[in-house]
Amino acid sequence: MSTPAILDRKDFDSLLGALRDRGHEVIGPRVRDGAIVYDTVDTAADLPEGWTDEHEGGHYRLKPRTDKALFGYVVGPTSWKKFLFPPQQTVFRATRVDGQLRFEPGVVDDHPRAFLGVRSCELHALAIQDKVFMAGPYADTTYQQRRESVFIIAVNCVEAGATCFCVSMDTGPAVGAGHDLALTEVINAREHYFLVEAGSNRGAELLAAVPHRGATEQEINAARGGVAQAAESMGRKLETEDIRALLLGNLDHPHWDEVADRCLSCANCTLVCPTCFCSSVEDSTSLDGGEAEHTRHWDSCFNQDFSYIAGGSVRASTASRYRQWLTHKLATWYDQFDSSGCVGCGSCITWCPVGIDITAEVAAIRASDQRRGDR
Amino acid sequence: MNTPVQRPKLAVWKFASCDGCQLSLLDCEDELLAVADAVEIAYFPEATRREVAGPYDISLVEGSVTTPRDARRIRQVRQSSRTLITIGACATAGGIQALRNFRDVEGFINTVYAHPEYIDTLATSTPIDEHVPVDFELRGCPINKHQLLEVISAYVAGRQPNVPTYSVCEECKRGGNVCVMVAHGTPCLGPVTQAGCGALCPAYNRGCYGCFGPKETPNTAALSGQLGALGMGREELVRFYRNFNAHAEPFRQESERHDK
Repeated sequence: MSTPAILDRKDFDSLLGALRDRGHEVIGPRVRDGAIVYDTVDTAADLPEGWTDEHEGGHYRLKPRTDKALFGYVVGPTSWKKFLFPPQQTVFRATRVDGQLRFEPGVVDDHPRAFLGVRSCELHALAIQDKVFMAGPYADTTYQQRRESVFIIAVNCVEAGATCFCVSMDTGPAVGAGHDLALTEVINAREHYFLVEAGSNRGAELLAAVPHRGATEQEINAARGGVAQAAESMGRKLETEDIRALLLGNLDHPHWDEVADRCLSCANCTLVCPTCFCSSVEDSTSLDGGEAEHTRHWDSCFNQDFSYIAGGSVRASTASRYRQWLTHKLATWYDQFDSSGCVGCGSCITWCPVGIDITAEVAAIRASDQRRGDR
Repeated sequence: MNTPVQRPKLAVWKFASCDGCQLSLLDCEDELLAVADAVEIAYFPEATRREVAGPYDISLVEGSVTTPRDARRIRQVRQSSRTLITIGACATAGGIQALRNFRDVEGFINTVYAHPEYIDTLATSTPIDEHVPVDFELRGCPINKHQLLEVISAYVAGRQPNVPTYSVCEECKRGGNVCVMVAHGTPCLGPVTQAGCGALCPAYNRGCYGCFGPKETPNTAALSGQLGALGMGREELVRFYRNFNAHAEPFRQESERHDK
């Protein structure tokens, strides 16, 4: 959209300042409790300078880097979804006044936010949730209200984590669309700068407000080289060829039971997944019956009550719940939303307390495909 | 004062316990007057000497059954209660005192007491529902006062209480806690423990102690496998599951699997 520019590391604070001047709360990466989480960022000093993250199935460690990179990590334990689709929100309150019920909608905190450090996989996840919540005749207006004011500064990955597989899902590591600005961090013994590319008019307008200069071909190549390097070093791979038919043709595969032996049905995978969108609503009443509240909170297909209908839970076994999650994510999501529900961020692998690996489970089913004749 | 004419009569009973759970009712300082408006506090020795004779609409029962006398008394409580709700780990799982269930109580008595003949106790500490039918169990050591208010409100309104049976992990993730097990290697019972505490310990970078007992469909064997990989030995695993809910079936079975 624009010619690439260079933002020097020493001018990074002016970028944050320009966002604040435009009324945005900047949310970006910070070190907290031994991890890189997304939270309010005031200055560049709040960013995880010199830190990286180590990922494996059921394993995450914050580690020092040998350089002072600001974005030298992959993805954290939290996804951006909590800012647009909050874990808990009041839908409405009802008060009894003179025998009549008075309804009042919940307050939507839609102050302008800027997301700093959004990775390509996460941008794809945002696009998926946008479709889930805003497309079609029943848009979620509370999501829409929060989403409309979000300014997105994406960051290209120049390193891949051990649980990353965005290349398999065609969702990264290079930032494609959906951002206002995209940064690529370049750091070596001599220099530390960011290649900046605008993805929207307001991105270009913001860039104009901060110190920058045109990028040389050499600088552009250095940045592109980093992204290419990340693409080559994916920690995981998921074969997606024919995946919908493969999974839906293996609904009775014994591997679902094998996974269930390991699965804790604790719901962590769904809660860290940047595209999982399920919620439940509940009503509560005050002791005197004068007030009631209707709240919506994150829920999960791994919880028994989630599939509870008259007579009991439809998915009583853990095997059926794991199968529901995986086949929805990788197969029936295509029927519902015209895309995969997986962006290859690897969060479900890292944050599963026992390290169940979606790529390995699909590979196991593929290796002993039980479809007959119709292949 | 907008007091209903016929308020449900509430009784609070104590069995073998520390009193912490029934104190949770008194801890509802801001809501206490509303509670007293919504129900008639008919029997609650911890709060008042005033005693209204039964039968009672709601009985909150705290504590486990550890003596022959209490085994008889709980039947009387059941008989005089329309709805019986057990509160806390002692009443719902036998409590920390259920550690005796794994050992020789006779031996303890002879070792500890100068006059063992004065001691009249059962060999086990058992939850209330092993003695009488229970209408609702509220977990926790101690219980969460917000859940207690929710249960009382639900009873008064004639609706189902919102008391989830899923894992503590749900509360961790909703609260934005970093997973102590994955990110720090800290052993945690959260993935097999029922929510309700608000993930209090993980919020302070501690592993979950399992105060709210086993969650729905807990896979303790899989968790133990991972805890072993994190360096826990058999003896540690036994102690890990033998806490305030040691006698709760999934935790008991898992601890016994490693206690060989």
